[in-house]
Amino acid sequence: MESVTPILEFKKTCVSYTKQTMAVKYVSATIEKNTITAIMGPSGCGKSTLLRAVNLMHNLYPNIRVDGEILLNGENILTMQAIDVRRRVGMVFQRPAPFPTMSIYDNVLSGFTLNGIKLSKAEKDATIEHCLKSVALWDEVKDVLNKKGTFLSGGQQQRLCIARALAMKPDVLLMDEPTSALDPIATKHIEELLLELQKEVTILIVTHNMGQAKRISSKSMFMYLGELVEYSDTETLFSNPVDERTKAYLTGKMG
Amino acid sequence: MSTLKIKNRLYRDKLMLWIVCILAALSVGPLLAILGEVLLRGYDQLSWSFFTEPTPTAYKAMKAIEAGERIPGGIANGIVGTMIMLGMAIVIAVPAGILCGTFLAEHSNSRFAQIVSYLTDLLQGTPSVIIGIITYIWVVVPMKGYSAFAGSVALCIMMLPLIIRSTEETLKIIPASLKEAGLALGGNKARVMLKVQLPAAFGGIFTGILLAISRVIGETAPLMFTALGCSHIRFSVDKPISAVPLLIWEFFNDPNLQELIWGASLFLLLFVLTLNLIAKYLAKKWNQ
Ligand SMILES: Nc1ncnc2c1ncn2[C@@H]1O[C@H](COP(=O)(O)OP(=O)(O)OP(=O)(O)O)[C@@H](O)[C@H]1O
Ligand SMILES: [Mg+2]
Repeated sequence: MESVTPILEFKKTCVSYTKQTMAVKYVSATIEKNTITAIMGPSGCGKSTLLRAVNLMHNLYPNIRVDGEILLNGENILTMQAIDVRRRVGMVFQRPAPFPTMSIYDNVLSGFTLNGIKLSKAEKDATIEHCLKSVALWDEVKDVLNKKGTFLSGGQQQRLCIARALAMKPDVLLMDEPTSALDPIATKHIEELLLELQKEVTILIVTHNMGQAKRISSKSMFMYLGELVEYSDTETLFSNPVDERTKAYLTGKMG
Repeated sequence: MSTLKIKNRLYRDKLMLWIVCILAALSVGPLLAILGEVLLRGYDQLSWSFFTEPTPTAYKAMKAIEAGERIPGGIANGIVGTMIMLGMAIVIAVPAGILCGTFLAEHSNSRFAQIVSYLTDLLQGTPSVIIGIITYIWVVVPMKGYSAFAGSVALCIMMLPLIIRSTEETLKIIPASLKEAGLALGGNKARVMLKVQLPAAFGGIFTGILLAISRVIGETAPLMFTALGCSHIRFSVDKPISAVPLLIWEFFNDPNLQELIWGASLFLLLFVLTLNLIAKYLAKKWNQ
């Protein structure tokens, strides 16, 4: 590992959907730059909730409270403008969601369109080619760029969504079970892609698939009932878990 | 299970099928009968001049009838008036309705939105005569005269609830993931609405607009209080103007012109039918 600069820091981050309960409880962790960090844990333990706190998705729903701090390059996200944060923190959702009315071409550029940024034709073409190449989709779609993004297969759609997020050159990419709707081959494609991408961007990925976490991540978090139970090198977490709950989850006794 | 029971069940299935078919025929029957009646009676009036010439005077029509000729003239004044008023109503109702529907869809739990939503329902159920009278008081009286503008205001008010509802409903069934994906890319709410949500809802909204048009195109009552009618082709906005449904009413009241009712009705019917077919086609295309 060349660099150990922290890019993202959770400091006692809490998220609550209702007054009585917290879905994420006092999570503290430091994410290093240009790494892939996997977030694991049984269903309902707050993985998505934690992830969505990072790009201020919770701001959309007035009842949701986020407390504590989340630092992006040392700056507290929670006091920043949502728009500024989201430009620097991209997100890929569980179900591929290319914009159905836009062509593949426009989908890749949608980040610019939605931010009101005008590009010249040459800049557009260059962005498209670069982004689609970096998600290994270029060869498959270069002749059908004007077709709707929804014509692609699920795996291709998901790669298109990754390309769309990458086009904005984010510092951090959040991925919520990005391969759970895909078949093994498409999943393999995306995993290879992520390993490639970590040179450019720090990735935080929620996964239910322990094999996937082992294959791609250098650090892993294990969450349980909203708490961050264990956070360490992926190898250590799998081979030598400290907490009983982590052990139980990894051995399939829970989850 | 015994064969007897199975036979019994098959028999019941068949019986149900027959009942459903008969009921369906009963309800489709009147529709076909109306269409057939209007087609049969109106068919031979349709000619080029029927669409290009204004209504004849009662005297001319009487002469023609006496001479055993076809009644001269047509309904061009009505068609022009209908189109002008529809056009103006659309220009106002479509943007206003889409904006309002967007508001309702995005702020569905605000108190104000609930009130607006309730008022929309109320407006949709308001009899068109009442809308005509209200428009008369609001527009005709202050402007000191009947006008195409007043007519279009009445039509606009009638179109609004339909457009608001279709916009709201369609936006609500669009997956929230699309909106979130747009916002996650850093777009502000307005841009995401404009570039992602509204385009995705286009099919539903457009269908709503077409249905709103076909709803108001045949309205007579509100136009009686506002547009009044006019016997020649006119393009001005601030003067009384004719409309196809107004003409049908006038024809009905004038024994010499009664023959013309059917041509005018057929025109309206075909227009609405075409709009509905387009709406269906678009809805289908959009769902693919
Ligand atoms: N919109 C919401 N309103 C209220 N409670 C919610 C909402 N979304 C999630 N929760 C609750 O918050 C907790 C954490 O949910 P979250 O979606 O973060 O779990 P998760 O770890 O992502 O689970 P999964 O693996 O099934 O996706 C759950 O108990 C859930 O019931
Ligand atoms: Mg989740």
